[in-house]
Amino acid sequence: MKGNGTTSQIRLVWKYFKRNRLAVGGLTILIAIFFVAGTAPLLAPYDPGKTEVSLKLKPPSLKHFLGTDQLGRDVFSRMLYGSRISLSVGFVAVGISIFIGILVGAIAGYYGRWVDSLLMRLVDVMFCFPTFFLILTVVALLGPSIFNIMVVIGLTSWMGTARFVRAEFLSLRERDFVQAAKALGVNDRRIIFRHILPNALAPVFVSATLDVATAILVEAGLSFLGFGVQPPAPSWGNILTEGRTYIFDAWWLTVFPGLAILLTVLSFNLVGEGLRDSLDPRLRGRR
Amino acid sequence: MTRFLFKRLLQLFMTLIGISILSWIIITQAPGSPIALTMDPKVSPKIIEQMEKNYDLDKPIYQQYFLWLKKLLTGKLYSFKDGRPVLEKIGERIWNTLLLNLVATLIIFSLAIPLGVFSARRPYSFLDNLGTFGAYLGLSIPGFWLAYLVILATVKLFGYPVLGLRSFVIEGLSPPEIVLDRIWHLMLPASIMAIHGIAGLSRYTRSSMLEVIRQDYIRTAKSKGLPEEIVYYKHALRNALLPIITLFGFLIPGLIGGSIIMESVFAWPGIGRLAYQAVLARDYPVVMTILTISAVLTLIGNFIADLLYGVADPRIRYQ
Repeated sequence: MKGNGTTSQIRLVWKYFKRNRLAVGGLTILIAIFFVAGTAPLLAPYDPGKTEVSLKLKPPSLKHFLGTDQLGRDVFSRMLYGSRISLSVGFVAVGISIFIGILVGAIAGYYGRWVDSLLMRLVDVMFCFPTFFLILTVVALLGPSIFNIMVVIGLTSWMGTARFVRAEFLSLRERDFVQAAKALGVNDRRIIFRHILPNALAPVFVSATLDVATAILVEAGLSFLGFGVQPPAPSWGNILTEGRTYIFDAWWLTVFPGLAILLTVLSFNLVGEGLRDSLDPRLRGRR
Repeated sequence: MTRFLFKRLLQLFMTLIGISILSWIIITQAPGSPIALTMDPKVSPKIIEQMEKNYDLDKPIYQQYFLWLKKLLTGKLYSFKDGRPVLEKIGERIWNTLLLNLVATLIIFSLAIPLGVFSARRPYSFLDNLGTFGAYLGLSIPGFWLAYLVILATVKLFGYPVLGLRSFVIEGLSPPEIVLDRIWHLMLPASIMAIHGIAGLSRYTRSSMLEVIRQDYIRTAKSKGLPEEIVYYKHALRNALLPIITLFGFLIPGLIGGSIIMESVFAWPGIGRLAYQAVLARDYPVVMTILTISAVLTLIGNFIADLLYGVADPRIRYQ
């Protein structure tokens, strides 16, 4: 068979992934959402920040697909731009948390002994705090900018990744190929990142996908409490939050951003679970 | 067992110290923390005085930590907002939160476990797939959004108030009606808080059941002619539910996070709403005490869950 190990591995995962119809549905929706986020300036019929008071709180119509808000801004255009903010919060936050998680987990699992005990106690401590409340507190302290929100979510959600990267490292470091690399005098950094880490990445992908879903929900929750991405920049969370004042007069301001959040989070969850089933050889035979 | 207990207690103690140090660092060392405020000329001298009283800013840094810890433990931290002891403010409201969370937890367990077993009996059937999809939907829905839709629907359809502990106008209602009113006001937020948990726990029960029913003793039970109900609900469920004990400790942080949002939506006077009001008012002693208390509660919950697990499953021998 032609092709190297990596491509055939990807092909194998895809073979199992596409049997899961829910996951394929989720992936389709995600691709559509990415497309929309990437081309928002081309797709948006209006400037998302342009106010037109004479048009305020108009219900959905052919001119304004999803109606207008309390300042007469086009909700459809704002939602298109909002997808960029919600997705970037999700991805950057998870990027940070995966980076910390891999680093902590790899060091703890590879070196073991007191390094491991110390880092795992830190994980225990972090796990004890109610994450959402911790994020809310720190974002309130630092001030709610999109940058702070990403960093704080990232800094408070790496513990799960650290735990299972450590578990993978604990078993992988005893394997022959690692012993062989050590015997050849390869340095620790290279063994950790080049030899062991690629073998421990599968569960990281799964949890990263699921964590993006959580991060988007957390941003929405923060927005709801007034500590999310600040208006006038449109995020799905703050469009919804601004709209709830008018919930009895303008249902579309509450319903559509909520649906967008639900659909995106649902898709990430479905894809994540689909990846979990198709990446783990033990789970492949289940259906 | 004694050795295990000793080791676990030592670990527990170290984690407690970690929690207190981290809480203290967040509140005193983060940029934008109250300490930084004392440098701000716009802040009134009265607040700075209170801040110094709370944090002993004139002492060296390691002493500040121990003094803060002592004040926290002896209830000598005072709210910035009204100068009342923090523990007193929390004590007034904690029962409302516990009631709400207890009801939510009961709803979660009484619905999720039967749902999970039902799904596991016919895996990959139409109803199971529907359940899977429903569970993902439940995990993905923003709770506050759902709460607003439900409030919108009930107020429009029934015209009945839903916010707070009870309705404002209760004169002229008979005692049973007052009780019903309280239950109504309790059930709505509790059910919405439970949705996440039902979705998660029912999936958990399902996959745990699927593992168990593959085992030999289940085949034996079936082949000796026991009714399917008994095999599933008595023989299989017992083993399938064992790991759930360990989840118990982890319920606490999720419920506290959920309380903040749900209590704010439903104007429920509990510590979640207190915490949020304290965050808004920059009332840091209240915020940090609630954060520290919930971390400690979680730790104790995990510890108890560990011990219970050992009692419930004799196969586990702690070394």
